[in-house]
Amino acid sequence: MSATDVTTRTVARTAAPPKRWGSLLRATLRILLSVSVTILGLLALTFFIGRLLPLDPVLAILGDDASQEAVDRLTARLGLDRPLHEQFLSYVVNSLTFDFGESLTSGRPVIEDIARVFPATLELATLAMIFGTGIGIPLGVLAAANRDSWIDQCVRVISLIGYSAPIFWLGLLGLSIFYAGLGWVGPPGRIDIVHQYDIETWSGLYLVDSAIAGQWDIFADVFGRIVLPASILAYGAMAYISRMTRSFMLEQFGQEYIIAARAKGASKRRVIWQHAFPNIAVQLVTVVALSYAFLLEGAVLTETVFAWPGFGRYLTTALLRADMNAVLGCTLLIGLIFIGLNLLSDLFYRIFDPRTR
Amino acid sequence: MSIAQDHDRGGWRAWLETEQADSPGQARAQAVWRAWRGLARNRAAFAGLAVLVVLITVAILAPVLAPYPPYAQDLASRLLPPSFEHPLGTDDLGRDILSRILYGSRITLMMAALVAVIAGPLGLLVGATAGYLGGWVDVVAMRVVDVFLSFPSLILALAFVAALGPGIENAVIAIALSAWPPIARLARAEALTVRHSDYIAAARLQGASRFRIVVLHVMPICLPSVVIRITLNMAGIILTAAGLGFLGLGAQPPSPEWGAMLASGRQFMLTNWWLAATPGAAIMLVSLAFNLLGDGLRDVLDPRDD
Repeated sequence: MSATDVTTRTVARTAAPPKRWGSLLRATLRILLSVSVTILGLLALTFFIGRLLPLDPVLAILGDDASQEAVDRLTARLGLDRPLHEQFLSYVVNSLTFDFGESLTSGRPVIEDIARVFPATLELATLAMIFGTGIGIPLGVLAAANRDSWIDQCVRVISLIGYSAPIFWLGLLGLSIFYAGLGWVGPPGRIDIVHQYDIETWSGLYLVDSAIAGQWDIFADVFGRIVLPASILAYGAMAYISRMTRSFMLEQFGQEYIIAARAKGASKRRVIWQHAFPNIAVQLVTVVALSYAFLLEGAVLTETVFAWPGFGRYLTTALLRADMNAVLGCTLLIGLIFIGLNLLSDLFYRIFDPRTR
Repeated sequence: MSIAQDHDRGGWRAWLETEQADSPGQARAQAVWRAWRGLARNRAAFAGLAVLVVLITVAILAPVLAPYPPYAQDLASRLLPPSFEHPLGTDDLGRDILSRILYGSRITLMMAALVAVIAGPLGLLVGATAGYLGGWVDVVAMRVVDVFLSFPSLILALAFVAALGPGIENAVIAIALSAWPPIARLARAEALTVRHSDYIAAARLQGASRFRIVVLHVMPICLPSVVIRITLNMAGIILTAAGLGFLGLGAQPPSPEWGAMLASGRQFMLTNWWLAATPGAAIMLVSLAFNLLGDGLRDVLDPRDD
């Protein structure tokens, strides 16, 4: 691009600001279109997985001894006698209205079950996110600022272990050390049975609810129980975030404006936090959004270990009982959350990073 | 004659380090040699490689190395702490944990290898075809990849296992089905770089079919980066396999698979820690080794970081 090109473009941009919004709008529409195609694909995939089932869903409900008439009736009621494309169409319509069918084990609509268990996971994952980001970013900056020193090596080892250790194993070790051994944290489970019916919940997030209601004894009990699973869950996210922060920072340190800032006499601390860090903030948001989505994955295993009555345990229980409606409902929801987070970070990127315009 | 003399004087090393390669074979050998030297200089990567070599040896020699048969129960000596007779203790059925872990390495390695063998070629074929053909094939293939990538891999594997039923074979299929998309995306990117190159045009002019070009001329170009990518992903694959075993959806007891061992040792965690601690440590060691090796390979073959 020649110098004149740049000037004309700058002039055009300052002269007609609506143009920028127009292009932003077009970009947004394009993203929305591609997201809808992806969501349709998502539905096709879960529909396909549902058809893979070697188990006949009608026989699973009625048992082997059912009469032919009953089998036919249920087949018709479940819509299994209709052509495949009609089944898929009604599946799409139902799913988009969050009607995932009834859970075979609880007998309630899957979406009601999910709404009931989701706050527990949301609370766990959010706290883990706060821990992971709060520790991961400073560690990454520290490692980058002291590249190849012993600090860098330590951070590297810590994050390598975070990548490599099976999270369920860390959970079990954590329980036997910090709960059984040292007694620093509460037992597995989300809340003491004594408080189970005392807590006034409206958001389903026990920490928030008990704090608002001023029930501090309950707050202490809940916090004592959530702190260990949240920390274990946070470890993996922290490993990822610190590593990405380190490489983003190193990329900035190689730029000339950093040398210029150092040359004019800015202190190292000032260069790191005032000059380099703001430039990686947008990239970091993407990383944090992505790791939030992966926390949902980690939650499946963590919740099993900590008897946490959340989304992950609901999913694994459904899996072991071959409750396909519940399994596919959960899978679809995680896919949607994943796409949503990606979309958000993408839009965020476009709005706050001038280079993408 | 002079070449033979060079061999005598400098040996293989000189042949590998000479400035100008005389044949494609030599050039290729030199590339491998340089990568090997780079890897050997990277101590962490080398440690990872060493651990993996030991692990493979252990898996092969498990019947020789294991002091007891992996399924042999001895109820008289159940839940024994680590001792001279049982270096890692015994479990709730009196089985020797060390022997089970040694045999378990076979299952873990076999699962990892099978996933690589299924997901690697699948991703390679889809990616190379999409990248070379372009057009709607590319659009459709990349959409499918996007859809698969919009799930965390464990969740997708869980959904497949739920549909297929628990067990090692189904776990392998499920993990492979969730592992191929990133490979396809990578292979596509590689295929795009050679799509318009002269040698492809030459092959086309000679009348080679599209299938032949993709399989014989495009896929080999994508192969090295795919292999590295699989090595990098191996740690995640092993953790997913162990996670499925732990949830009771992969290998089933009494199989000495590490995740399943951990799950059955879980109830004794507070009283007999070695039941769950040792298989977990084994999983971590293998996954750590793959992570170290993968990092090292990336450093050696992708010099952008310097």
